[in-house]
Amino acid sequence: MSDFTSDFWHLFVAVGTLVSIIACLVLLWISGTTKAATHEDNTTGHVWDEDLKEMNNPLPKWWVYLFIITCIFALAYGALYPTFGKFQGALGWSSHGQHASEVQKMEQNIAPIYAKFSAIAPAQLAQDPQAMAIGERLFMNNCAQCHGSDARGAKSFPNLADGDWLYGGDAEAIKTTITQGRNGVMPPMGEAVGSAEDVRNLAHYVMSLSATPHDSVRATLGKSKFGACAACHGMDGKGNTAMGAPNLTDGVWLHGWGEEAIVKAISGGFNNHMPSQAAKLNEAQIHVLTGYVMSLSGKGGN
Amino acid sequence: MSTEHNTPTAAATEEVVISLYQSRQKIYPRAVSGLFSNWRWITVWLTQLVFYGLPWLVWNNRQAVLFDLEARRFYIFGLVLYPQDFIYLTGLLVISALALFLFTAIAGRLWCGYACPQTVYTEIFLWIEKKVEGDRSARMRLDKSDISMGKVGKKWLKHSLWIVFSLWTGFTFVGYFTPIRELAELSWALALGPWQTFWVFFYGFATYGNAGFMREQVCKYMCPYARFQSAMFDKDTMIVTYDEARGEPRGARKKGADPASVGLGACIDCTLCVQVCPTGIDIRKGLQYECIGCGACADVCDEVMDKVGYPRGLVKYSTQNGMQQGWTRAQMLRRALRPRVLVYSAILLAITVAVFTSLALRTPLKVDVIRDRGALARMVEHGRIENVFRLQVMNATESTQRYQISVSGLPGIELASPAEVEVLPTEVRSTAVRVQIPPGSTAPGSHTIVFDIRATGESADHVSEKAAFVVPR
Repeated sequence: MSDFTSDFWHLFVAVGTLVSIIACLVLLWISGTTKAATHEDNTTGHVWDEDLKEMNNPLPKWWVYLFIITCIFALAYGALYPTFGKFQGALGWSSHGQHASEVQKMEQNIAPIYAKFSAIAPAQLAQDPQAMAIGERLFMNNCAQCHGSDARGAKSFPNLADGDWLYGGDAEAIKTTITQGRNGVMPPMGEAVGSAEDVRNLAHYVMSLSATPHDSVRATLGKSKFGACAACHGMDGKGNTAMGAPNLTDGVWLHGWGEEAIVKAISGGFNNHMPSQAAKLNEAQIHVLTGYVMSLSGKGGN
Repeated sequence: MSTEHNTPTAAATEEVVISLYQSRQKIYPRAVSGLFSNWRWITVWLTQLVFYGLPWLVWNNRQAVLFDLEARRFYIFGLVLYPQDFIYLTGLLVISALALFLFTAIAGRLWCGYACPQTVYTEIFLWIEKKVEGDRSARMRLDKSDISMGKVGKKWLKHSLWIVFSLWTGFTFVGYFTPIRELAELSWALALGPWQTFWVFFYGFATYGNAGFMREQVCKYMCPYARFQSAMFDKDTMIVTYDEARGEPRGARKKGADPASVGLGACIDCTLCVQVCPTGIDIRKGLQYECIGCGACADVCDEVMDKVGYPRGLVKYSTQNGMQQGWTRAQMLRRALRPRVLVYSAILLAITVAVFTSLALRTPLKVDVIRDRGALARMVEHGRIENVFRLQVMNATESTQRYQISVSGLPGIELASPAEVEVLPTEVRSTAVRVQIPPGSTAPGSHTIVFDIRATGESADHVSEKAAFVVPR
């Protein structure tokens, strides 16, 4: 826990602090009296610049006592809390420990609220406004950075509100996604498909699957090349949620729409990554968040 | 150039060891009545009626004045202020500071003498003290006397009254921050929360200590105003002054004797001006930093002058110029219209008008537009370009409001999400808003758009907020 790189600095700080506090008291003691010739007019007899006289205006005693109290306070504080180098103090306090205890206290406070939700299936949580409010806050703090505050995603960041699920839209699948994260890998397929022209033809075939505007001649030519894709996306192109292979027939274009984007996808592949949230959120929170995410796709979209 | 030289007199060479710390000499201010004392009691009543009474007033079924720190809402009669309205507090402080400059330039430490809580509570505590222990000389005798049942009884009664008054003050203070009626019930049931208890007792203790014991020492040693208020005096500032030319040489004489015939000035050296002084100074030594400008010495001296049959005004409000040149009151008052005062007044007036105009025209609706950071823009169906914003809509009224959101600033721009949002009384609601434009309608880059948020229903509250719409390349 100690930030001191060597014992020398620990001693330097500890001794320096202690000596300073004691020096304050000594200074207060020795500066309490002085030798001066106080006349009847209450000046010390010292005159500068012809007529500037030094007056004797003593400090009130209660103010001196306040000084002494601050010194005593400092010593007592030092005995209880970390003050003198790496000496921890009698209470063993640390900022790390305080944070941990506050987190623990907070978790104890919110545990009953979450316990109530844990008994409800995620799909039913949408009915509970309190759960949805908590879910929304969790989403804003942990998910909105990538998926957008309306959860509709962006290029390469999936839209969570459209009912289209790469890994399945049931509660278990969503929980797994949040907890473990996902690695969406598509290998570069350019060489497996053939020439650049073959890749373009294949792209038009892929576009034809979702009735996206395309060149039907190229699509017919490209159809024979789809075998390279079928291993993951399936012969019919409807994808495979077990491995996160997208459905190519539903008009949802995660990595971009149009010939150029699809050609790039086939030749370059992808390595899409969603990080695991297990370290940031506990099980009960993930449960509520799952409910919130499930409620989003009920709201509209395609 | 600074040269030190000890004056080679016999007295100066006699150096002795002196202590630089001193015990306080207790001051026993004598009770006084008169014009300035009356004015002080008027301000005591006014300020304290407001202080103790205000939290009990009710407005809209809630406390009229409540500073709810936990919910971050300040309620002042019809106003509901958000942390975003902090500028009004700044305005209030600027007005207070300028008013202080103005009053001080005109008539010295008016604040200290008549309105400062330190003066006001000391005055109240002194009044209690006088009722229980008697006036100055009786109190001095009591403190010197040996311990007795009577002495203990009087002291006990005085401190009990002080403590009750202090706790009531602490209670009222806390009542500005937590509903006072609730607080009263909780106090009655001895069920106050730890922080409420702490602040009631802390503020009560501060009142008891400052008004009962510290008194003039707060002004002399602790108060920063005391020092800088004096720095704002000039030679035309009305201050409590002793008419030295008329008063000196001072001395006792037979009642009604003509000063000139006995070779004395008008001052009969009765020392009453010293006895009434709450800071224990002698005004006849001239203006001193301890003088809080309360005018007690002027009041008592007028009384004495009446008794001995001399004209009033040996100690009076006057200016330095007026004293030196023998001006009349009217001449001195004319000097009140000097550039310094006029400049202070003009700035004060301008800022006061500005703050109150802005308060009167304030819309009880605030909106913050926050762009989504993660994604600048996205392409949606039919190649339309979409940006996402979060609108934080703050309802500063005490009824539920529905607001209509609209957007403008680019060709074909429209909302793709619900255009209406409902916000509960004095609540904040954050809502995600999607804005779309048709493909190819606008050049790539960042463009300024404007959100209009309009309350539906009878109130016509309306706010426009600018935002940036990003069109990708």
